[in-house]
Amino acid sequence: MQSQMPLYPQEASNFAPNVDALMIYITVICLFFAVAITSAIVFFFFRYHRRKPGDIGVPIHGDMRLETLWLVIPLILALSMFAGGAVVYVDFRRAPLDTLDIYVVGKQWMWKAQQPTGLKEINELHVPVGRNVKLILASEDVIHNFSVPDFRVKMDVVPGHYNTMWFRPTKSGRYHFYCSQYCGTNHAIMGGWVTVMEPADYESWLTGSTGATANPVVAGERLFAEKACNTCHFSDGKGRGPSLNGLYEAKVLLADGSTVTADEPYLRESILAPNAKIVAGYQPQMPTYQGQLSEEQILSLLTYIKSLQGQPPPQTGAGATTGKK
Amino acid sequence: MSSIPSSIGNELPQEHYLNAKYGIRSWLLTTDHKRIALLYLVSVTFFFFIGGAFATMIRIHLLTPNGYLVSPETYNKLFTMHGVAMIFFFLIPSIPAVLGNFLIPLMIGAKDLAFPKINLLSWYIYLIGGGFVLYSFSTGGLDTGWTFYTPLSSVYSNSAVTPAVIGIFINGFSSILTGLNFIVTIHTMRAPGMTWFRLPLFVWAHYATSIIFILGTPVIAITLLLAGLERMFHLGFFNPVLGGDPILFQHLFWFYSHPAVYIMILPAMGVISEIVPTFARKPIFGYTFIAGSSIAIAVIGFLVWAHHMFLTGQSAYAALAFSFLSFLVAIPSAVKVFNWTSTLYKGSISYDTPMLYALGFIGLFLIGGLTGLFLACLGLDIHIHDTYFVVAHFHYIMVGGAVMGYVGGLHFWWPKITGKLYPESLARIAAVTLFIGFNLTFFPQFILGYLGMPRRYHSYPPEFQVLNVMSTAGASILALGYLLPMIYLVWSMRYGRVAGRNPWPATGLEWQTDSPPMTENFDVTPEVTWEPYDFAHRPDLGLQVIGESSLAPSHGDD
Repeated sequence: MQSQMPLYPQEASNFAPNVDALMIYITVICLFFAVAITSAIVFFFFRYHRRKPGDIGVPIHGDMRLETLWLVIPLILALSMFAGGAVVYVDFRRAPLDTLDIYVVGKQWMWKAQQPTGLKEINELHVPVGRNVKLILASEDVIHNFSVPDFRVKMDVVPGHYNTMWFRPTKSGRYHFYCSQYCGTNHAIMGGWVTVMEPADYESWLTGSTGATANPVVAGERLFAEKACNTCHFSDGKGRGPSLNGLYEAKVLLADGSTVTADEPYLRESILAPNAKIVAGYQPQMPTYQGQLSEEQILSLLTYIKSLQGQPPPQTGAGATTGKK
Repeated sequence: MSSIPSSIGNELPQEHYLNAKYGIRSWLLTTDHKRIALLYLVSVTFFFFIGGAFATMIRIHLLTPNGYLVSPETYNKLFTMHGVAMIFFFLIPSIPAVLGNFLIPLMIGAKDLAFPKINLLSWYIYLIGGGFVLYSFSTGGLDTGWTFYTPLSSVYSNSAVTPAVIGIFINGFSSILTGLNFIVTIHTMRAPGMTWFRLPLFVWAHYATSIIFILGTPVIAITLLLAGLERMFHLGFFNPVLGGDPILFQHLFWFYSHPAVYIMILPAMGVISEIVPTFARKPIFGYTFIAGSSIAIAVIGFLVWAHHMFLTGQSAYAALAFSFLSFLVAIPSAVKVFNWTSTLYKGSISYDTPMLYALGFIGLFLIGGLTGLFLACLGLDIHIHDTYFVVAHFHYIMVGGAVMGYVGGLHFWWPKITGKLYPESLARIAAVTLFIGFNLTFFPQFILGYLGMPRRYHSYPPEFQVLNVMSTAGASILALGYLLPMIYLVWSMRYGRVAGRNPWPATGLEWQTDSPPMTENFDVTPEVTWEPYDFAHRPDLGLQVIGESSLAPSHGDD
């Protein structure tokens, strides 16, 4: 699983080569000084080792020329690092005008993105390769940070502010994104994937015609993971949402004491307007998926949930009421 | 002073500060700076082990990608409480309140600090502040991160934030009073002949530290109090829902907390500036540059705080200015390293334990300082900000630097504090263990950071596991390196060989009096007629002094 241990992440955006160049430049200079000073210390340590117990060293008090030298040379080198870093940073902070604008909202502990067409995603972000992408970042609660190591970019997501960041993906693929600003309990799992697609694929993805998938159960299961349903609806009932095992066509006890049957209309409503009917013992915390799923996708999800009908519901944390109340 | 035999003695002096009075009252009501230093020694060690226990659990937890030991909530509390205990209650008071308290009056030839009762008051304030924080730890814990970023700390956190910020607020006064005491003492109580440029560099470093104490601490104290008020009474300082600004908190917080890093490292630099010339037996190279660089660090250190905030969305122009100033503050640190290294040239170098710690300090501080350049570089910071690179960097400075300096200083002055010598070979083994364990623990974290692993993660993607396991393995060696000195130093208080006045020998005034010193420090007020670290002109040390003519010392103005 961890057989390969890379020393630096992939370069997948316009900023990655520049940041890596800065890294190499500063590393080379620092390595030179680190090696020079360490060697000098080790050399002096053995070369001038005390021979007789009463020996003292040669009283040298200083040297003005040396002091000037090691004030001026590090200063010049430091200024060159400053300048290099400033160029990259100013570029990063000033987005070009022709960007594809995507809204990203962080909340404890998930990410929502909204494409220009209004299509919404959760813990996923799809972008076309080679296009300048600008993210407009907002937070619903505390400070988060949207960070994509393979792109070498990150920016704080601050409540009450709109921050922006931009990048130009240079390679198709799936890249991990993280929350990099500590934001409370589930900070470490507040992440997801950026999917960089060929522009044509991106366009067809946007319009929802991803092509018919052979098996709707498999498509639904994939969607169930893609839309992060599985981060709350654990099959063992220990998640923040009820388990869906054995749910289809079973009775469900609601928070207001009434009971409904988990048929297609109920399941559909629970996906698009989750707060309309809350299962007893759960908080109204599921985000709405209205506008994020095509009808086709909802059907895939329903097919997947139906496929769980034969699975045994857990003792506690099941959506289905097993008649033991 | 009259001539002092520097040979190692056979017996402790008849009466000294440790046996001058007996009983618990004589300790709890003492105004003797040396006894207060020991009170601090015990209390900061207590907090060090609390913080260390949290660190141990963190490292065990991170052995596996999904977390090995505790729940996410508990993990978040562990790293928060580790930071709070270590920074506010160990690192900041460690060298100043223990070694500084003990040594500054001895080094300048004074009987005590300027305000002995205020000195004792500082310790009690520290205890009260510490009590509040321990109360927070034990009643729900603290999960905001030691940085207390708002609105997480002031609104959203469900942990015991209020007692913690009250504790840190109270503890701030302890720092302020200690700083005030040091500044007044150094200005007014120097012995005859102890001019400013004859002061040991340890004293210069503490002077610079004291400036930060009294200028910076009030800001953190009031900032945390504001966050506490927002939490308790919903006053809108930082919460945008109430019209506040969360970024304002970060400005105020880092205005103190960046200089606080220099509170931790400057005194350690002072320790190193004492140890290196003593064990190389030659004057320190560029005395005025080392002294001046301490002041430069203290001053410029106040102007770099927003480099913690390059990615908050602050103005790009502000970021440029703060990046520039951050590179500038690296220069005085570099000057110190160059001067320490040059001090070794043509020295008469011994392998004594304090020297091993000092050289280890230089190596680790070098890495810590140089990696600071990576973070000060704006373009690079975009990528490594808030990753393990930062964690590694500041542990190299605070643990590799400040703690190595503190432990090295404890060894160096242990004979003066207790009158006893520690077991030398065991101490050397411990020093090397610490150095190796430290590097194994923290070097892998630089790579983790560049690979993109964010800090404060209770679980992580599996590709980061190898480096995390390495880090945990190193930490177990590091822990051994801390336990060893703890054991043999305590052992030596009873069973160690008697040290005598000046076992190394060293040139400072503190070595001219008994070990342990008497309550009044000196029989008669000493008079200083020599330059600092000037072994060549100190026949009283019993060393082989070369003939005057062959020396041609170049001192005067370096």
